Order: sequence, then C-alpha cells, then structure tokens
Amino acid sequence: MMDTLQAFFGPLWPLVWTLIKILAIVVPMMGAVAYLTLAERKVIGFMQIRIGPNRVGPFGLLQPIADGIKLLMKEIIIPSGSNKFLFVLAPVLAIMPALAAWAVVPFTPDLVLANVDAGLLYILAITSMGVYGVVLAGWASNSKYAFLGALRSAAQIVSYEIAMGFALVTVLMMSHSLNLVDIVKAQQGSLGLLQWNWIPLFPMFVIYVIAGTAETNRAPFDVAEGESEIVAGFHVEYSGMAFAIFFLAEYANMILIAALASLMFMGGWLSPVSFLPDGILWLFAKMSFILFLFLWFRATFPRYRYDQIMRLGWKVFIPVTLIWLVIVGLLLQEPLRGLPVLNLWFH
Amino acid sequence: MADLKSFVKNWTLSELLKGMSITGRHFFAPKITVQYPEEKTPMSPRFRGLHALRRYPNGEERCIACKLCEAVCPAMAITIESEQREDGSRRTTRYDIDLTKCIFCGFCEESCPVDSIVETRIFEYHGEQRGDLLMTKEKLLAVGDRYEAQIAADRAEDAPYR
Amino acid sequence: MLDSSFLLFMAFALVLVGAGVGVITARSPVHSALFLVLAFFTGSALWMMLEAEFLAIVLVLVYVGAVMVLFLFVVMMLNIDNERLRQGFWKHLPLGGGVALLMVLEMWLVVSSRQFSSMVPDPRGSISNTKELGRLLYTDYVFSFELAAVILLVAIVAAIALTLRRRKDSKHMDPALQVQVKAADRMRIVSMPAEREL
Repeated sequence: MMDTLQAFFGPLWPLVWTLIKILAIVVPMMGAVAYLTLAERKVIGFMQIRIGPNRVGPFGLLQPIADGIKLLMKEIIIPSGSNKFLFVLAPVLAIMPALAAWAVVPFTPDLVLANVDAGLLYILAITSMGVYGVVLAGWASNSKYAFLGALRSAAQIVSYEIAMGFALVTVLMMSHSLNLVDIVKAQQGSLGLLQWNWIPLFPMFVIYVIAGTAETNRAPFDVAEGESEIVAGFHVEYSGMAFAIFFLAEYANMILIAALASLMFMGGWLSPVSFLPDGILWLFAKMSFILFLFLWFRATFPRYRYDQIMRLGWKVFIPVTLIWLVIVGLLLQEPLRGLPVLNLWFH
Repeated sequence: MADLKSFVKNWTLSELLKGMSITGRHFFAPKITVQYPEEKTPMSPRFRGLHALRRYPNGEERCIACKLCEAVCPAMAITIESEQREDGSRRTTRYDIDLTKCIFCGFCEESCPVDSIVETRIFEYHGEQRGDLLMTKEKLLAVGDRYEAQIAADRAEDAPYR
Repeated sequence: MLDSSFLLFMAFALVLVGAGVGVITARSPVHSALFLVLAFFTGSALWMMLEAEFLAIVLVLVYVGAVMVLFLFVVMMLNIDNERLRQGFWKHLPLGGGVALLMVLEMWLVVSSRQFSSMVPDPRGSISNTKELGRLLYTDYVFSFELAAVILLVAIVAAIALTLRRRKDSKHMDPALQVQVKAADRMRIVSMPAEREL
C-alpha cells in the first residue's frame, strides 16, 4: 500500500507524505474544535442548571454539524467602507497560527510532525502572530466597535504574552531544553504525577492557564469581543463562514493552550501513576481537564474591566513570574538541587 | 492583620475558587429545564391566554353589548358595534379583539357583567397572515364553543376568590 | 546551481525586497506596517535557511509578535495626512538616495572583507544553536550583554519619565484599592428606632 503510493508519487512523495500527516492532525483537530463548541454549551448549561442543546441528534451530538452547515450557507457580507483585501485576509491570519503551531506539538515521543530543537520558541513565535487576525479584522472592518475590539485585543495579547513567555522560560530551565519531547521526558520519574512540573512551578502553571485564557480572548478576558459593551468587538462585521473562521481559531487556540499546558506542566503523555502505561490518552485526558477549566471559568467569572486586565498582566503576573524565575534559578544551583525533596524535580 | 488576611485571600485566589465551587456544585445539580413541547409547567385556572366569547347552556350568546370591556381595555384592542335584534334584546353585530394590540391584562374579563368575554388557557396559537390575529366575533364564539368545558371548570374553581 | 534551496532563497529574497519597497511606497501607513511584517517574516525565513533558527524565531517573536503589533496599534489610531508627507519627496530624494547608496557600499565592504567571513562559525553542526548562543552570551559577552540590558532599562525609564503626565482632572481609579473595599467602607448601617405616633 505504502510502497505503491510511494512509487506513484515518485520524487514528490516526501511532500505528499507530509501533507497526509498535516491532514491527520488538522482534520481531527477541526472535529475537536466543533465538539468543543458543543461541550462548551453543555458545560455552561449544566453549570446554569440547564441541559444545553439536546434537539439535534441524540444528546445534541449533531448540533455542531448543524451549526456548521448553517454558517456555510450564510452570505459573507463585506462592508462597503472596508478594506476588502485585509477584511478577507484577517480570518486567514487568525486561524493560520492556531493550526501551524501544531506542527511541533508531540502527542507521544514518536508521534510528532516536526521534532525541532527550538519547538517551544517556535510555538511562542507562531502564536504571537495570532493577534494580527484580530487587529486587522478590527481595522479593516471600518467600524468603531470592531476597531475598539482590535485595540483592546492588541494591548491585551502583547501584555499577557510576556507573562506567558516567562512562565515557559521557567519550564525550559527545569528541562534544559526547548524541545517539547525533551521537556516532557524531563518530567518522567518513578513518582508519577508528583514529579511533573506543576508542583515546583505551581504559580507558573496557574499564571500560564490564566494568561492562556487571556491570550485566547476567553471570558473573563473577552474584552475584545465584549458583546455587552462593544457588540461583538473585532468580528462584528463578519458573517457566515468568515465569522466561523474566527470561532474556529479561538477554539483551536484553546485546544493548543490546553495541549501546551499538559505538555509543560502536567507531563504530557506520561502516566500519573507508575503502574499504568504512558500513552496518548493521558495527554487527551489532561487536555480535556484544562479545556474544562476554560469552560468553567467562562461559566463563573464576570468580565474583567479593561484597566484591571492591564494591572493584572503588568503589575501582578510579570513580577510574580520574574520572582519565580529567580527562585527556580537558585534551586537549580548545586547545593540546593541535591537536597532530598528538591532533587525530585531539579536536576 | 487585616492586610495579611487580604494578602492571603488574594494570593490563594480564594474568592475565585469560591465562585468556581458554586458553579462546580451546580454542574452536578439536577437540571430544572422544562423541555417545552413535551413537558409543560402547571397552569393556573386564572391563566390569561387567548380570548373567547361564551354562550349560555341553551345556546344563547352571553354578550349584551354593554361595551364595558371596550371602555376598560387599556390597549384599545376591542371594537364593538351593536344593534337591536328582532326579539328586542341588544346584541353585538361586531366584536373584534386585535390580538396584536392586546396586552392580556384580563381587564375585559374582570369587567364583564355576564362572564361573556373570558381569557382561556390557550397560548400556543399563531397566525399565518396578518388578519389571523384579529379575532372576530365568529372566531371568538368558536373558541368559546370548543373549550366551554375547560372554561366553565376554570371559572368554577376560581369562583370562591372572586 | 538551480537546486531547491537556491530557488527558495531567490523566492524569499524577491518577496523580501518587494515587501521592503512596499513599506516605502504604500499609501496607507497600515499597509506599510503590514509590508514591514512581511519583510520581517521573509527575513526570518532566510535566517532559517542559514540554520540560524534561534535568531529567526526570535525575530518573528519579538518584531512580528510584539513590536509591529504596537506599531500597528499606534499607526491605526493616527490620522496621517499623506499628501503633506509626500510633498518633500523629490526635494529630499538626492540626499536620501545618497545615504542609501553609501549604506549599500558600506555593507558590501563589510560583507566582502575576509574579517567577516572568518567570524562565521560553521553552522552545519548538530548542536542546538540556542544553547550555543546562550553559552556565548552569558560567558564571553556577558558584560556587553548586561550593558545592553542596562541601556535598554534606562531607555524605558527615560521614555516613561518623558511621556508620563498625570492629568489633575482625570478620575483615576486604583484597582488594587478597589478590590480591598469592604461593605463597611461604603455603607453605614444606622439603627433608627421607630418614631412614636403623636
């Protein structure tokens, strides 16, 4: 089977094979995104003592498909005063980083599209481009609400990226590597979940999850959309599939943040207890946990005021991450890292 | 001391966790959603839904065209015209309720001296054309004829409190 | 010569030059900023081809991800009068062109000198160049590195000191104080006995 295909494509085979691998990641991802929207509606419904969507298919399981078809059928309206090229480009720029970042995310030690050395940096760089989609959507729409949303989002994402970056720097100090596979392997140990990074880096873990919520413009940091203040923020002028792309990008980013948090702080595919085997299912379970947290946040917290968001980012998170950076640096030094309990994590 | 307390409270995120514990508890709480077309909430006999004109058991229409309902209607949704019938009694020739104006306050029902105009428990009606929501005398009487048993039972149940 | 990496290089170089020209010819400043983003991105792709992946990624991370976002942030809010900016174009062209030519000449001199080529280490190793860069920065060049950090810090402080103006009439609120507020700070519960009827 493989050989005949290889013979058929000849010199183009590496390209085709890579494309197949990309599809093998992106297609299930899109399915996960679709069902994350359903999970969100169900979870938030349950927390509000409702039962959520249950009309389309058993338990509402076909709801995302119905939503998708609806959005595909709708007209994409391009406002007459808008900058048409950028208006169309913006959704593309929004979803591109959310998908491109998956190239270096390892699912198991071997199941990774590109096992690059600077994987962590690559992810930071690629995800930092996601803000362009939001900013350009806001500017190209030529609408004041969209523009306000874009401004808010630009400032917010740049602020929280710093805290997020510092949180990741502590992780790479722990593992002495930027390679995501090595980062997970550094958390391996006989004590299972007690040796993962989330214990020594607990404040960083919390900050990473909160900053991740802010990075993905999720409640309670959703001032860029702020439906009760600025209508729908940056995507107010978008309709149909163009709007859906922003939605897909937001949820794809959520899944990405969840995957990264699981890899860096919760041991990725490692089993929490030593008598169970490691495997990809652990990674999915951990991702589901983080995603559930995101939904839980949205069901619980009211939206932050804009100045409070900025204060939290600059005056709380960045100092805390800097302090923890120094602490981790100290604990990694010679006399301390050999001490009985500390040597579980710092090596 | 108070500073220390608020410091601990802030940095342990205790208030956020408290909020999340509430939503977390509700996540497992029994759901109170009423799945409407299949399930319905219990309804009071005083429910104010679609209007109806009633008749006496002998088939005579109750309305005597006193126009009290027309006068009391705050939305001015009722239009009545009347004439003397051959037997000398006064009856309406026209009794219209414009449901697009009606606010379902129930004043017409309260004001009626002969319990003719009533509001029924029917609330799942619709109109496919504009005129469908203009209830004429014929339509109102038809509603009354059809649901008389229910209407009479509701009045009887509510009678001690009136 | 026509191997795939050469073709890729040519493609990236063409896009880079095109984007550079776009930066100075685009009518809208937002378009200029976006062309600059494209230029940074292709520049980083070129560095990636040289196996300088750390520099390439950091270029994207810092310039594309942060600096240009703030540029856009400012540029989007400005209402620049393009016509007035264009007025002096021909008058200043000889001077600007001269400086540009000089820079190209200097760059050519630097790049073609033997000193420069001997400084380039062989990149085709299996070692992670992030690690190597870190080792160099924090050992051999630690003083210049710290110096650069201090200069940047001074620049930040200076920029803030120059632009910070507290308006007297602004109703500034401090969230740190706001979250500390208790009900008792804002509300006084007074016990009032019911009045006697006269």
